[in-house]
Amino acid sequence: MSALDSNEIELDTARGTDVPSPARGRRRKNASLVRDTGAGYAFLSPWLLGFLLLTAFPMLASLYLAFTDYDLFRPPQWVGWENFQALFADRRFLTSARVTAVYVLVGTPIKLAAALAVAMLLNMKHRGQGGYRSVFYAPSLIGASVSVAIVWKAMFIDDGIVDRIQQFFGMEPGGWVGDPDRTMPMMILLAVWTFGAPMVIFLAGLKQVPAELYEAASVDGAGPVRKFLRITLPMLSPVLFFNLLLETINAFQVFSSAFIISGGTGGPADSTLFYTLYLYVKGFTQFDMGYASAMAWVLVVVVGLITAVLFRTSKGWVHYSGDSR
Amino acid sequence: MTDHAVTPNLPAQAAGTTMLLEEQTGGRRADAHRRRAAARRRRGVRSVGFHLLLAALTVVVLYPAAWMAMSSLKPSSEIIGNVTLWSDRLSLDNFATAMSGIGGVSFWTFFANSTFLAVMSVIGVVASAAVSAYAFARIEFPGRGLFFAIMIGTLLLPFHVVIIPQYIMFNTFGLVNTFVPLLIGKFLAAEAFFVFLMVQFMRNLPRELDEAARIDGCGHLRIFRSIMLPLMRPAVITSSIFAFIWSWNDFLGPLLYLKRPDLYPLPIALRLYVDQTSVSDYGAQMAMAVLALLPVMLFFILFQRYIVDGVATQGLKG
Repeated sequence: MSALDSNEIELDTARGTDVPSPARGRRRKNASLVRDTGAGYAFLSPWLLGFLLLTAFPMLASLYLAFTDYDLFRPPQWVGWENFQALFADRRFLTSARVTAVYVLVGTPIKLAAALAVAMLLNMKHRGQGGYRSVFYAPSLIGASVSVAIVWKAMFIDDGIVDRIQQFFGMEPGGWVGDPDRTMPMMILLAVWTFGAPMVIFLAGLKQVPAELYEAASVDGAGPVRKFLRITLPMLSPVLFFNLLLETINAFQVFSSAFIISGGTGGPADSTLFYTLYLYVKGFTQFDMGYASAMAWVLVVVVGLITAVLFRTSKGWVHYSGDSR
Repeated sequence: MTDHAVTPNLPAQAAGTTMLLEEQTGGRRADAHRRRAAARRRRGVRSVGFHLLLAALTVVVLYPAAWMAMSSLKPSSEIIGNVTLWSDRLSLDNFATAMSGIGGVSFWTFFANSTFLAVMSVIGVVASAAVSAYAFARIEFPGRGLFFAIMIGTLLLPFHVVIIPQYIMFNTFGLVNTFVPLLIGKFLAAEAFFVFLMVQFMRNLPRELDEAARIDGCGHLRIFRSIMLPLMRPAVITSSIFAFIWSWNDFLGPLLYLKRPDLYPLPIALRLYVDQTSVSDYGAQMAMAVLALLPVMLFFILFQRYIVDGVATQGLKG
């Protein structure tokens, strides 16, 4: 029960849109739900069955497979830690880890910075705000689609429009798709193009910041930078935390755009060999399913650690509204 | 635990802050007044700047989509490297080529597969998530807190950890090359986002409603069907839209489970098309890419309020 409540509150405030009202708090304290174990499990059964069948059991199975050699045809052979040892000797694996790390560490902050900047611009209360919000959100809906990946490739190919624009400005000619040094910026640009989703969430958070705080700060002679650092950022920190967590986890799982742009190879020179793409290649084109399971578990552990670190450090920089002073 | 202890004081503290601030501003009201008049004068100029900046950003953001749309109407030779959107030779020829099908399979087959998958996903997601959410939001039973925590945990779990055993499982049951692996999760509320969204929505519905119904002798099934479900329309609509769009854009699922072209949904067909056609036929590729996105864009134009507000309040991803 307490686990439930703390979870719920954490996520409520993290979204910054559902600040508990006094009425809600009172209701939660007093009204007790009907206790009915039979009905509870009956209604829960779709999720519970799905969880057991599609998450819990597969997770355990993949943990087992991670310690085996399995190709889908012959029965799995127990090999102990061999897969994990092989991982760290596998240059392509290390490349895929590095590619993904760069994408997450560089792409996510840029995307979030763009989202925050545009959200603050839109929050300046001019007409047409809603229209801009919709337009900027639209790419988020299609950013991971095959269609957009094809368009991206066509734009960044040799003699494509990006190449033409480069040449117009007297920069070194050449497409980005075939240049191992420029595929990552291309992928990050695609991610930044979908800044709309975190922007919409930032904007909802900004609307919750009481205008009186800014007025009071103005009266006290605070400039825009000081207001941003002392009011906007702390008041927005729960939303920032939420976006950071979600965008980081999403960035780890990028797949279809890299798959389409590289034609499923992760090339050129493995520069778009994202972690998930290599996992797919290992598991479903080479049918090395034990190895791929080991990769999957390394990913779970890494993402789990990052999530834990984010939650742990969040105590220091995330201010839940009200106690920010 | 600590959060729990802190949160109940929040509203009181916030109110205190506000009152204090109002007192401070009250003393300097005249000053604020002068400031506001000056601000009004400046606002016209700033508004123009604001709109210029955002208009420029809109052009940048929309350019790739506009370029795709216009390229689909141009002859293949005029696409790559052509920055301008307009051409004198616009026609629908590319669409005719794209819709003539791939490898003997009609375009409409792909379209029908995508539609079937998306519609079934909507039905499955809404039904299973609403039922499960009712258990989390409205019934007290042992294990509820634990399961809720697990459900939240699955939101953060990289789904790649389950795709290999799931594939082995579905392969064992002979379900590769059927739609079952793609749909079963939708009917079993496996996408926790939808359950979470509905739990949050249901929690905000007044509890007096079901209490009254219970006093009148209604069981849970009746309360769920006759009271909760009608009130949950906004959450149902938001979930339906996202379930449809996510299914429509899904690539990895069909890539894993569908190996026969007549079963392909549009994204996989599109990939096949790009791999098969000669590199130079960009026009038909673009036309096919546009066709594959058309329903998503249509949904967006029709339901943009629901979509964008859904993201704002629920933190959904696109």
